[in-house]
Formats: sequence, C-alpha cells, structure tokens
Amino acid sequence: MARFALRRLLSMVFVMFACSVLVFLIFNVIPNGDPAVRMAGKVPTETQIEAIRAEWGFDDPIWVQYWTTMEKVFTGDLVSYFTQSNVVEEIANRAPRTFALAIGAAVIWMLFGVAFGLFSAVKAGKFADRGLTVLALIGISMPVFWIGALMNYYLGFKAGLFPNGGYVPFTESPIQWLWHLILPWTALSILFIGFYSRVLRSDVLDTMNEDFVRTARAKGLSERQVLVRHVLRNSLIPITTLWGLDFGFVLGGGAILTESVFNLQGVGQYAADAIGQLDQPPIMAVTLFAAFFIVFVNAIVDVVYAGLDPRIRLQ
Amino acid sequence: MATDPATELSLDSRARSNAGSTRGASAGEGPWRLAWRRLRRRRTPLVFAGLFVVLVASALAAPLWAKHVAHTGPSTNHLADTIEVDGRQRNVVELNGVPIGPTYQGEFFLGADGNGRDIMVRLLYGGRNSLLIGIAAALITTLLAVASGLLAGYFRGWVDAVIARSLDVLWAFPVILLGVALGTALALGGLQLGPITIAGDSKLIPIIVIAVVYVPYMARPIRGQVLALREKDFVEAARAQGAGPLRIMFVEILPNLASTITVFFPLLVANAVLLEAALSFLGAGVQPPGTSWGTMIDEGVQRIATAPHLAIVPGVMLVLTVLALNVFGDGVRDALDPRAKVRIEH
Repeated sequence: MARFALRRLLSMVFVMFACSVLVFLIFNVIPNGDPAVRMAGKVPTETQIEAIRAEWGFDDPIWVQYWTTMEKVFTGDLVSYFTQSNVVEEIANRAPRTFALAIGAAVIWMLFGVAFGLFSAVKAGKFADRGLTVLALIGISMPVFWIGALMNYYLGFKAGLFPNGGYVPFTESPIQWLWHLILPWTALSILFIGFYSRVLRSDVLDTMNEDFVRTARAKGLSERQVLVRHVLRNSLIPITTLWGLDFGFVLGGGAILTESVFNLQGVGQYAADAIGQLDQPPIMAVTLFAAFFIVFVNAIVDVVYAGLDPRIRLQ
Repeated sequence: MATDPATELSLDSRARSNAGSTRGASAGEGPWRLAWRRLRRRRTPLVFAGLFVVLVASALAAPLWAKHVAHTGPSTNHLADTIEVDGRQRNVVELNGVPIGPTYQGEFFLGADGNGRDIMVRLLYGGRNSLLIGIAAALITTLLAVASGLLAGYFRGWVDAVIARSLDVLWAFPVILLGVALGTALALGGLQLGPITIAGDSKLIPIIVIAVVYVPYMARPIRGQVLALREKDFVEAARAQGAGPLRIMFVEILPNLASTITVFFPLLVANAVLLEAALSFLGAGVQPPGTSWGTMIDEGVQRIATAPHLAIVPGVMLVLTVLALNVFGDGVRDALDPRAKVRIEH
C-alpha cells in the first residue's frame, strides 16, 4: 500500500513537471512576438528593448529561462511581465475566492445530482423520470458563460434580487459573501447536476439488478432501507470518484468562465486575464496550481481506491 | 463488416440479450443492423438527429438567406439605415446606440447588432463556422485518439509508456485552460509546421486546438479496449496465420472499436461546439472578422443591458445544436453499447 502511494506520488511529480514544460513551450516555441518588444511600449528604441531583454533574461537559452522561471515559482519571486506584481502573492490573494466558489458549488451539485438521480431511478420510465432526463440533457448542453450572463442580467440587473457580479470576503460580511456567491454557485452547478444525476440514475438501475439487492429484499427489508443502505451506498462509489476529480478541477481555477462572467477575480479569471495580455508568468503559475489540484485529487482517489480494492494495487 | 463475428464482441452482454428476441426471428443479423433496429424503435433520438440535420442545412443555406431574404451580408454595417416595420420607418440603430430588436420580417428578422448588422444572417454564417469547427475537430480527435490508443494498447512497453504519459499530461490540464493558452498563443503568431503555414486568424487554429485537447478523453478508453482485445483468441489466430502488427491493428482490432467510436462521435462534436464557443467567448477562438456563435454571445454579453436579444439568440442556437447532438448521442449509446462510459469535460 505504501509502495503504491509512493509510486503514485512520483508519477504526480512527473506529470506536474511535464505540464510546466508544456506551458513553457507553448509560450516560447510558438512564434508570438518577442515579450521584450511588447513590454517596451509603443515606440521603443533598440537599446530599450535590449535592456529589457537583458534584465528579464529573454536572451538566455530556453532551458535557462525555464529553470529561472521555475526557481522563481518555488521561491515566490515570480513577477508578472505586465502588471509587475508578484504572481505567487496574487494567486494566494485570489485563491480564497476560487475555493469559496469551488466548495459551495461542489456541495450543491453533489446534493442535487444525487437527489435527482435517485428520484429518477426510482421513477424510471415514468413521467417524472423523463422530465428530469430532459432537464438534465438541457443542463449539460448549456454553456456556463451564457446561462451565467443571463442569470446575471435577469436576476441581478433587472430584478435586482442579486448583486451584479463581484465578490465580498467572508470576513467582511458573511451575508454579502453568500449573496454574491449564490448565482455563481448555481450557474456552475447546473452542468454537473445534469451530468451526475444521469450517472447516478444508471448506476442505481444497474445496482438494483444485483443479487445482494434481491437478498436484502428477500430478508424483509423495506424498500426504503434497500434503496438507501444497499443500492445507494454502492452507487455512490463511482460518483464520488467523479466528484473528487471535478472538485479538484474547480479548486485549481478550472471554472475560468464562471469566474469571469461573475467577475469573482479568482485564480481562473487571473489566468484568463493574463492570457489576454500574453503575460506568461501568471499563466505558468496558474497552470501549475491547477495541475497540482487535478493530479493531487486524482492521486488521492487512486490511493483510496487501492485501499478499497486490492486488485488495483497489483497492476 | 456487418457479418464480421469479431464486431459482435464490442456489444456488451446486456445489449445482446435485449436483442435476443429479434435475433431469433432473423438468424445471422449483424450487430450493426440490430443496433439500427434498436435506434429506430426510439423516436426521440431520431427527432433530435433530424433537428441537427435541419440546423446544419440552414447553416449551409446561409448565402441564400443573405442574398434573397435579408439582402445583406454578415459583415455589412447598416448604422445609418432605416427600415420599415409595421408601416413605420425605424432606425436600424437608434441614436443612443441601441440596435433594433427582432422584426420577424425578411430584413433584420432577429434584429440588428450594435453595428447594424443583420443578426439572422450572422447567426447562419456563424453557425457555419461553429459547426465546421465542431465537426472537423471531432474528426481529428477521433483520428488521433484511435491512432494513439491502437499504438499504445497494441505495442505496450515503452510505446505505451510514452503515449500514456503524454495523455496524462494533457489530461491534467483543465480543458479550457489549455485550450485558451494554445488558442491565444497560436492566434497571435500563427503556426508553422514544416512547409505548412497557418495564419493566426485561420479557422484551422481553433480546430486543431480543440482536437488536441479532447484526445485523452477518447484515447484512454480506446487504449484500455485495445489492451483487452489484443489478448483475444482471434488476434492470436491472426498472428498464427502470419499477420503483421499493422494488419492485426487495422483489420482485426479496429473493427471492434467501431461501436466505441460511433458512441463517442456525436458527443465529441457536441463538446467541441461548446468548447469553440467558450474559446471564442474568451477571445481565443474564432478571430474577427470571422464570426461564430461564441463570438456572437461574447458581443451580446457585452451589450446585454441594452440589447439582451444579442446574447439570447446565438445562445439558444448553440443550446439547440448541442442538445440535439447529446440526445442523439445518448440514443446511439443505448442502441450500441448501453454501458459505455463516455465522459468529456467542457
């Protein structure tokens, strides 16, 4: 078990390393103009450009540039090319916003996904099931930035029920914090609720055909007990894996679109803004941040699974 | 192919037992014909497939509508023009910059945007780009995923190690983050692959970006299937007959992947269309003066307070398209391989 966990950890470090190299290459090998020229302003002189090049190390060999960038990421000295602000500090300041979005949305989508999926499975084939299936399919077909913008406009701007985007720290005003997050949570959850309810529905229907469910019924358990203790407990395993992965994805700033539409100023929006300016250091740092959460949660899920199911360890 | 016994392995046991009754009546029917029967019995997926065909056809007919009904092009401004609606002359764009809403007549059927361009015309032309990018990207993803899955699963060893690790790396990125990073970098500088040069505003750039980003989602399950299939007796038999690796991969194993590929394809297109919209929304997809539903939503969201129809109309088209593909894809999965686990993020 410990060996499996260690191997998983090593491969996690490797994947993160590869991610950072890939991002670095995207911005250095693809010809997108010299960052020194872009930084020098509108009418730069050749000496200005040379000076910037030397100061920022753009004339070093590419692997030296990679090394210095990574060194700065880990010592916390990474500085944005364009705003000149410290990237690691910036991410640390924005992380609570992203975490608040991720945690709230993850709880909402899991609860509703399980509730709708279970209800759908119990009513399989009936009108309620079909209605929920249609809703779920519409949910997974809607772009989050579109539904988010419409919610912002109709519920926030027109009806005045919610604030028009933005974020208020929990320490400042818990009520305002909640008020500002309700729409983003909802918009982000819609897709996942649709997806999870469908996964759970099919898992529950599969589990219902298992022998142990028949045994549970035969020994006289009520339908509710069978459903909750035997069927649901089994069907929750695959959906919990999905939940872990998606949660890691949103924690790492993967909800770029939601953060941008509601102007939450989280880590994802930081990346989106930096990409617009081709500001490489923040993108490097956010990518590592995101990859860390995805790979980390993935590793945890694998190790937990290996603990539950010894067959996996042998692979 | 329909009578190839190998193909049948791809159908799972439940699907086969479901079809048991029909099989008795017509012995020797191939799995594809059975799947087609099951699909035909369900009306909903076919209705939505029809909807998708209508959407594609209307996008293809964009020039006809532009020339004969709307009498304008997708990038023609009408800032200072007036139009007669219900017998009254109205400005296409009011003096305060608010464009006209839907008129429900030939010209400006769905209203105008901030530059006085006809939204219906732009919607049809934008649909061309969205659908073209979605379908082309899904085709390339399928090609790359099948190739890498076959190679990794068949050769195992270091080939597998290299391919599987690379897929892991791609997979560890949030799809949207990688897509935006690639899209922005390429849109600025274009792409040079040996003798081929792709300009930064080419539609090929979002196509390639979207195709690459989705490869791991399809290649991983395919690799798993190939790993299992290569141990089957029919592969052993082919090898005993002296078949080389290429023949085994493409003649023996590939047909068994057909149902997985078929199940994946409509859902891939749906997600590619959605990702294109998201990339364009963030400015990393279709570049101006090109238009797509994503760029239209982006423009619409910026003006949502004065002219909400600018955001609503392209969004509804997008949702209809993706919904049609999702419902149809679901039907295909139920007919071919009900237990297939298809998971694509967007």
